[in-house]
Amino acid sequence: MATKILTDATFDEEIKNSTTPILVDFWAEWCGPCKMIAPVLEQIANENEGKIVIAKLNVDENPKTAQALGITSIPTMNVYKDGQLAKTIVGAKPKPALLADLASFL
Amino acid sequence: MSKIEPLVIIGSGPSGYTAAVYAARAQLSPILLEGSVTAGGALMNTTEVENFPGFKDGIMGPVLMEEMRAQAERFGTRFITDDAVKVDLTGEIKTIEDGSGNKYQAKAVILATGSGYKKIGLAKEETLSGRGVSYCATCDGFFFKEQAIAVVGGGDSAVEEATFLTRFASKVYLIHRRDELRASRIMQKRAQDDPKIEFVWNTEVIDILGEDKVTGVTLKDTKTGETKNLSLTGIFVAIGHIPRSELLIGQIDLDDAGYVLAKPGSTKTNIEGVFACGDLVDHVYRQAITAAGTGCQAALDAERFLASQGIFSA
Repeated sequence: MATKILTDATFDEEIKNSTTPILVDFWAEWCGPCKMIAPVLEQIANENEGKIVIAKLNVDENPKTAQALGITSIPTMNVYKDGQLAKTIVGAKPKPALLADLASFL
Repeated sequence: MSKIEPLVIIGSGPSGYTAAVYAARAQLSPILLEGSVTAGGALMNTTEVENFPGFKDGIMGPVLMEEMRAQAERFGTRFITDDAVKVDLTGEIKTIEDGSGNKYQAKAVILATGSGYKKIGLAKEETLSGRGVSYCATCDGFFFKEQAIAVVGGGDSAVEEATFLTRFASKVYLIHRRDELRASRIMQKRAQDDPKIEFVWNTEVIDILGEDKVTGVTLKDTKTGETKNLSLTGIFVAIGHIPRSELLIGQIDLDDAGYVLAKPGSTKTNIEGVFACGDLVDHVYRQAITAAGTGCQAALDAERFLASQGIFSA
């Protein structure tokens, strides 16, 4: 697994301490598009090791973080750089479109 | 460039998968580009499908699609989990390029790319997407527990979403620009009997309110022109679909709304060897079963076309 699992307990710490940009994929088991995007993110993680960390947070098991961030759609992918939210991507997209969105972080 | 295949199917969902079942059983060993993040099509975002024959207790949309895919696989369909990003369908040999740059050549192509959801067309719809504006009730209903929300639309998907969302929301307004629904009677009855659902007839959403998140909508009465605001935290858009035919513009004859024009009584397009099925063609019925039906027709039409070219198997 190239992707990192985040929880309500670890989210703040991981974002703060990440030395590279970190993309957090907010997802849930019942969400079809989330399941489709998962292997794409896995690929992006493998192909860009050292440049970006790809992490996942299950909103069903970790509702506090999602709620605090005001997330109302999944998949939502937030990219944090230097501890700050730098980009939000909403909805599943094909890999080339995702890579275009992430270009400035790679 | 690989060898020339008999048949490439672009798109999954009931039409693409059914075409693949038939073509694979005809020994054509089809390649199916099922989409990188859309495999399975629109039914992947639904819950219970109650009207697909053969499942008396209903079946979950995603499960139905998994079964269809497995059935197509059983007979030798080769799946590519990627999108077609470029096509050249005009010549005798058709070329299809996927999102990873792989190219496929085929004598026949079946188009089954389906449809995407239609947007209302309001500026705030974009900026508040993921901040209260949603197009997927099954994905996002969870975030609106004990909140007042709205569904916009009047067809089966709108009414089904409204009913589904009552599991979470305290109140669901069903906003429709006419005074009657297009949805099936059984869906309508279920919604009408639901104490959490309130119908808002003859009404259009003309603005979405809120800066960082949705706080309400501005509604306009289509009869009187009167406007008023309604407080809510979520708005689910289910006003219909648009055919996913952008790739085909300039090659395949489309109607004004972008649907592929098939020759009456068949799935043949204006180009020999290119067939189309499912929601990409159908703006009338748009059901899982009709999509599956036209998928079957497309496979049979392709099979006959290939036989006329002396091609009987892969």
